[in-house]
Amino acid sequence: MAVLTIRDALNAALREELARDPDVFLMGEEVAEYQGAYKVTRGLLEEFGPKRVIDTPITELGFAGLGVGAAMAGLRPIVEFMTFNFSILATDQIINSAAKMLYMSGGQVKIPIVFRGPGGSAYQVSSQHSQALESWYAYFPGLKVVMPSTAADAKGLLKSAIRDDDPVIFIEQERMYGMKGEVPDDGDFTIPLGVAEVKREGTDATIVARSLMVPLALKAAEELEKDGVSCEVIDPRTIRPLDIETIVESVKKTNRVVIAEESHPFCGVGAEISTEIQERAFDYLDAPVRRVSGADVPMPYAKSLENLALPGVEQIAAAVREVAYI
Amino acid sequence: MPKLSPTMEEGQVSRWLKKEGDKVSMGEPLAEIDTDKATMEMQALSEGVLRKILVNEGESAPLGQPIAIVGELDEDISALLSQVKAPVESTKAETAKPREAPSVAQPQQAPAPATSTDGKRAAGGRMLVSPIAARMAAEAGINLTSLQGSGPGGRIVKRDIEEAMSTKAVPAKAPSALRPMPAPRPAMKGEVYGPSAYRDEPVSEMRRAIARRLITSLGPVPHFFLTTEIDMERAADMRRSLNELYPDAKLSINDVIIKVTSAALIQHPQVNASFQDKTVRYYEHADIGVAVATENGLITPVVRAADMKSLFDIAAEVRELAERARARKLKLEEYTGASFSISNLGMFGIDEFTAVINPPEGAILAIGAMTPKPVVKDGEIAIRQMMRVTMSCDHRVIDGATGAQFLQTFKQILENPVYLFLNQ
Repeated sequence: MAVLTIRDALNAALREELARDPDVFLMGEEVAEYQGAYKVTRGLLEEFGPKRVIDTPITELGFAGLGVGAAMAGLRPIVEFMTFNFSILATDQIINSAAKMLYMSGGQVKIPIVFRGPGGSAYQVSSQHSQALESWYAYFPGLKVVMPSTAADAKGLLKSAIRDDDPVIFIEQERMYGMKGEVPDDGDFTIPLGVAEVKREGTDATIVARSLMVPLALKAAEELEKDGVSCEVIDPRTIRPLDIETIVESVKKTNRVVIAEESHPFCGVGAEISTEIQERAFDYLDAPVRRVSGADVPMPYAKSLENLALPGVEQIAAAVREVAYI
Repeated sequence: MPKLSPTMEEGQVSRWLKKEGDKVSMGEPLAEIDTDKATMEMQALSEGVLRKILVNEGESAPLGQPIAIVGELDEDISALLSQVKAPVESTKAETAKPREAPSVAQPQQAPAPATSTDGKRAAGGRMLVSPIAARMAAEAGINLTSLQGSGPGGRIVKRDIEEAMSTKAVPAKAPSALRPMPAPRPAMKGEVYGPSAYRDEPVSEMRRAIARRLITSLGPVPHFFLTTEIDMERAADMRRSLNELYPDAKLSINDVIIKVTSAALIQHPQVNASFQDKTVRYYEHADIGVAVATENGLITPVVRAADMKSLFDIAAEVRELAERARARKLKLEEYTGASFSISNLGMFGIDEFTAVINPPEGAILAIGAMTPKPVVKDGEIAIRQMMRVTMSCDHRVIDGATGAQFLQTFKQILENPVYLFLNQ
């Protein structure tokens, strides 16, 4: 197994899928000549040429619509948003066209497209460029939403997303591009969408975390272990379809849950998971389900305030102590 | 003012452990409260800053009365203060009704008004139970009202049920004349026992009739008394020789009596019982309350599962419990929930006396002084160490013959204490 950064694992997934299927192509701002704003698409123009790796103008609504049209015509586009903050401009194409087409055509027109790019907080890019939008996209029937937290997951899930016949929103994390992890060498390595993974087993409390919160949750679990609290850390990996069964099974065992997310709390994915848990496992709960979310304010620019607006290891550990009554 | 003992109606703030303006985190000790039984630590139920102390050291407050305000550092508490002030003053004047709930919207048992945003507020008077705790209790047949929750606001949580369940162990066997002692399991050394497990059996019609009739005759608990005289020669010998072997054990005659009582109780489960209105509760283990006189009055720390413990273990435990009783450092669960009690006034030279039952226990044994007396032995007059004991019985659970049989076994073992070493 090779040790790769998440950036290189994503690059490998793109390269392998471009090579595997001639219908797959990639487009977005700076993906070709500049090799990607975050260098995820490094070397792809050189290898696959300008017909398969296409630079677009700064027109999110336009090139997202172009991608949806190409998918309707039978191709398998991968559309990169430089960050998901810019996907806001393209939401009409994503929500009204990509998500609805299969339904509105009576099942005749599928849209095998991937919209990908980093989401969530970065380093001091302020209110308009630090948004976690997964709950927006997960809200709509017809879209799948994927958020990897390790290099192996990034590769395996992106390959599955590209091969999937439905539109997939694939949200990466800028702060995580440089994180390293073991990745299976097998060119056919994929991870099915809709399957959560238990990242750490435990008995006293379950921490449900996604994306950037997964390494923090694992760190919190390590610290809590010293206090004799054994935490199970679950990464849903796919937000929609959500593998709620794995979460509920864990809650039945531990009786206590903390949901960690960097998004705002109100109407967030954590709120949805919390509701599912109380509907399916009410009789197993020993404490109220506790969320640890990003602050309910626009992301501040100041470094000190940005740190305060994001959940950290301490907040996650404190929430676990609260639900475990210690 | 939170409820820190089951019988507490008001508490006195003995010492504040935090000053106004100090930060407090959840579960941190806020103050020491003198209850009717012990000095207890009161813990903070939420995080924040101790903004205002409402009841000063040395002052008392009835249950549920706000004694302090914990909130955010910059939170405006003026409205809360004026709300709190009125009822505090009115309770001072209106001492006849100390438990009248103040008009501040806050739980009866919370130590301080919760801040408006923390969401941990309990509804007044409701029992708080987590869903899994409620389900586990229902499955295990545990009465939730008998438990004190360890979660925020007194919420009964999973670990409280697990603790209550951990005491369910050895099933009681049918009684016979003098059955062998249950052999202590090897792994039992150093094991910590909670309150004894028990089974509740419905009160029969006959027993109900007895209860109804007797209760009108002799006060709320219909007592009757049985006295017997016991030859303590062998018990005193045994104690002496054990102390010669193990001087550190400092075995007292009272320790021997506790052990013998527990052995006799296991033989007579009808006596190791309490009247619970609709059921009669039979305990599996002998949890013996030992009356200890302290400066502040009587308290009865409990030796859990004395039937499972060795004489030496009991001696050490009683000594330790009594020390802490005198220092008022006993925890609630250490002086409540005995299945039977012993009161010994022998050291004061009392020959015999009657003790008052500590409800809901079914009986109490009053131990008199051990004194040399002339007795007829094998047709001749001999001087023997004699001791008189009087058992007070709750007639609603124990009938005369039942009590007498127990006392007979008790006497038999005490006169032949070698019995204690069978199966050891």
